[in-house]
Amino acid sequence: MTQSLANTYTNPASPDNVLLQLTGLQKTYDQTEVLKDINLDIQHGEFLTLLGPSGCGKTTLLRLIAGFEQPTAGAIYLDGVQMAGLSADKRPVNTVFQQYALFPHMTVAQNIAYGLKIKKVPKAEIQTRVREMLAMVQLEHLANRKPQDLSGGQQQRVAIARAVINRPKLLLLDEPLSALDHKLRLQMQSELKRLQRELGITFVFVTHDQEEALSMSDRIAVMKDGRFQQIGTPIEIYETPANLFTAKFIGETNLFKAEVKGVYPDQPDRDGRVTNGRIEVEVCEAQVQEGKAALRNLRRPAFANDVQVGDIVNLLLRPEDLRIYDPKDDSHVGLLGRVIESNYKGSTLDSIIELANGHIIKASEFFDEDDPSFDYKLNEAVKVAWVDGWEWVLPEDHLTEPQAPEQSAAIQKTAIQKDVS
Amino acid sequence: MARTSRFNLGNKSPFRTATLWLIWGWLLIFALLPNILVIAVSFLTRDSSAFISLPVNIDSYLRMVDPLYFEVFVHSLWMAVITTVICLLLGYPFAWLVSKAQTRWQPLLMMLLILPFWTNSLVRTYALKLLFANNGLINKSLLTLGIIDAPIDILYTQGAVIAGLTYLLFPFMVLPLYAVFTDLRHDMLLASQDLGASKTQTFWHVVLPLTTPGIISGVLLVLLPAMGMFYVADVLGGSRNLLVGNIIKNQFLDARDWPFGAAASVLLTLAMAVLLLAYRASSRRIGKTDFNEVA
Repeated sequence: MTQSLANTYTNPASPDNVLLQLTGLQKTYDQTEVLKDINLDIQHGEFLTLLGPSGCGKTTLLRLIAGFEQPTAGAIYLDGVQMAGLSADKRPVNTVFQQYALFPHMTVAQNIAYGLKIKKVPKAEIQTRVREMLAMVQLEHLANRKPQDLSGGQQQRVAIARAVINRPKLLLLDEPLSALDHKLRLQMQSELKRLQRELGITFVFVTHDQEEALSMSDRIAVMKDGRFQQIGTPIEIYETPANLFTAKFIGETNLFKAEVKGVYPDQPDRDGRVTNGRIEVEVCEAQVQEGKAALRNLRRPAFANDVQVGDIVNLLLRPEDLRIYDPKDDSHVGLLGRVIESNYKGSTLDSIIELANGHIIKASEFFDEDDPSFDYKLNEAVKVAWVDGWEWVLPEDHLTEPQAPEQSAAIQKTAIQKDVS
Repeated sequence: MARTSRFNLGNKSPFRTATLWLIWGWLLIFALLPNILVIAVSFLTRDSSAFISLPVNIDSYLRMVDPLYFEVFVHSLWMAVITTVICLLLGYPFAWLVSKAQTRWQPLLMMLLILPFWTNSLVRTYALKLLFANNGLINKSLLTLGIIDAPIDILYTQGAVIAGLTYLLFPFMVLPLYAVFTDLRHDMLLASQDLGASKTQTFWHVVLPLTTPGIISGVLLVLLPAMGMFYVADVLGGSRNLLVGNIIKNQFLDARDWPFGAAASVLLTLAMAVLLLAYRASSRRIGKTDFNEVA
C-alpha cells in the first residue's frame, strides 16, 4: 500500500544535507518481494552507485525513485517532500536510460529542448539553455542531426543533456555505459564525473560493473536479492567488505578458512588503543604449511563479538596483498604451492597458484625493476605469504545470509525478468 | 536496387544471374509493360471496331472534369475517405491494444483478424447483402425487438457501401499499425513521461509521430482499394453509389471506351504515387532510412 500523501507529505526528521531519503521501501510483484526494507539517505551533490548482479533489484529501485513504478510500502522523501504516489512527470528527477531512448523523429536540439517545451518555457530561454547544454556536452556541431546518425558516445551525451537541462534535483542513470565499447566507456566515465562536478547535481548510478562503481562513486550501495549488503565508500567496500557476497562481488578474492584460537576483548591494537579487542586465528591449510602453524593476531571485527574459540572464520586477501617467495626462503612463513598459470598484464604479473591441498588462489604483483628474475615458470614451487594484519576477517556465510537460499533464487528469477522488461 | 546489382556485378554464379533475370523479366513484362500500355492508351482515341486508334490527344483527361464524371469521382473519393477514417479510428486503438496484449496472445489475435481473408471477398460482400436487405438479419432483429416499425433502407445506400468497404479493408489498416506499435519502444514513452509530459502530451509529441508511417501505409492500403473495389459498390451500392473502380470497369467492359478507362486508371495510380511519397517522407523523418540514402 502506498502511504497517503496527506499525513506524510513532509518528513520533519530529514536533516538539511540529505537530499533523498528512502525509508522502509518495499516492492512486490505478484507476491514476489523484489525489494525488501530499503533504507538509504543520499546527500546533496553525492555520486551514489547501486551495484549488484542482474536481478538484485537495483533497476527496480531506480524505477521507484524515478516514479515509473510505485512502492508497495515505504516512503521516498526528496528534499523532505514525499514522492511515493507521484507519477514520474510530477517529480523533479530525470533519468538517463540504458538505451538512451532518444526520440528518433527529433533532432539533437529538439530532443534536448523536449522537457522545457513540455513545461512551456519561453522559446528564447529554451534556445539559450539548449545552446548551453550543447556546449557543455560538446555537440554544438551536431545540433540539427538526428540521434540515429550519431555514434554511441554522442547519443549518450545527448541523453545526459536532455535530462540535466531540466535542472533536476536528482539524476538517475540506468547502466548508461553498458552499450559502449571499453575505451569509450572509460572516457565517458571521467566525462560523467566532470559533468557531475560542474553541475553539482546528485547522481544515482546503476551498474553491475564493479570497476565502474569503484572508479566513479562517492559511495556504493551493494545489492543482492532486493537488500543492501553494504553501503560505503569504494575504499570501505573494497578493503572492508561486510560479508562474503560483497567480498566476492567486488574485485578478486582469495579466501582462507581459519580457526579461532583465542579471543582477547581487551587487548589493545598496534597503535596502543583498545577498540574491539583482538582475536588469534590459525590458518586451516595446515598440511601445506611448513613448520609449526603460526598463530595470527588480528583485530576483532564487529561481527565476531560472539565468536568462540574453535569457530571457523574466513580470511580475505586480495591478489595484490599476497607475496610470493622462494620455498627455500626461511625468513618468511607461508603456504606451499606451485604456479599453474602466469599472466603478464603490463603493469602487473598475475599468477594462479595451486596450493598443496588443491586450493587455487590468485596473486598479483607489481613489477620490480631491480629484480631480473621476476617471472615464474609453470609448475615452479613457491611459497605464498602476506603481511601480518593485512587480512580482513569475514564470518561464515550463514551468519549474514538474511534468508533461505531457495526463496532468494525464486526472487532472483522474477527480478531478472523485470529487469529485462 | 543499386546495391543488389552492384553486389552481383562481380559474381558470375549462373544461378544468381538467372534469378536476377527472372525477377527483372517478370517486373518488366507484368508490371512495367502493362502500365506503359495503360498510359499510352489513355492518350489515344476511342474506336468502335479496334477499341483504340490514333490520333494522340488528351481528350480523355479533359472529360474527367466533365461535371457528370467529376461528381462520381468526388463521391467515390468521399466514400473512400470516410471508409479510411472509420478504419483508422477503429484500427488505431485496436492495433495498440493488440500490441499491448500478452505476447503469447498476439499471434492468435492477429490470426482472428486475418482469418476472413480465407473466404473470397466477393462471397463476403454477398453475405453482407443478406444482412443489409429489407428482410435481412439486421432489419428482422430490429423489427422483432420492436425498435423499428418498418424495415429501414440499408442496402443500396452510401452507408452500405462504406460499411462493406470498411469490413473488407479493416485488416489492411490494422496490419501496418500493429507493426509500428510493436516497434514502438516502451522507454520512449517513459522518457517522455520522465521529462514531464502528461499522457496526452506524450501521445501528441511521441506516439503519434512515431506511428505516422503506419498510419500512412494503412491509409495507403485502404484509401486506394476503397476507390477501386467496384464489386462492393455493384452489390451493395446500387446505381447511385459508384466508385472510380466502377467507372474504369464500365469504360472497359460496357461503354468500350478504353482511353477514358485508362485515363481514370492513371489518375488512381498517380494518387497512389503521391501517398507513397508521403509515406517515404514520414518514415525518413523518424529515421528509418537506409544509411546509403543518407550518405
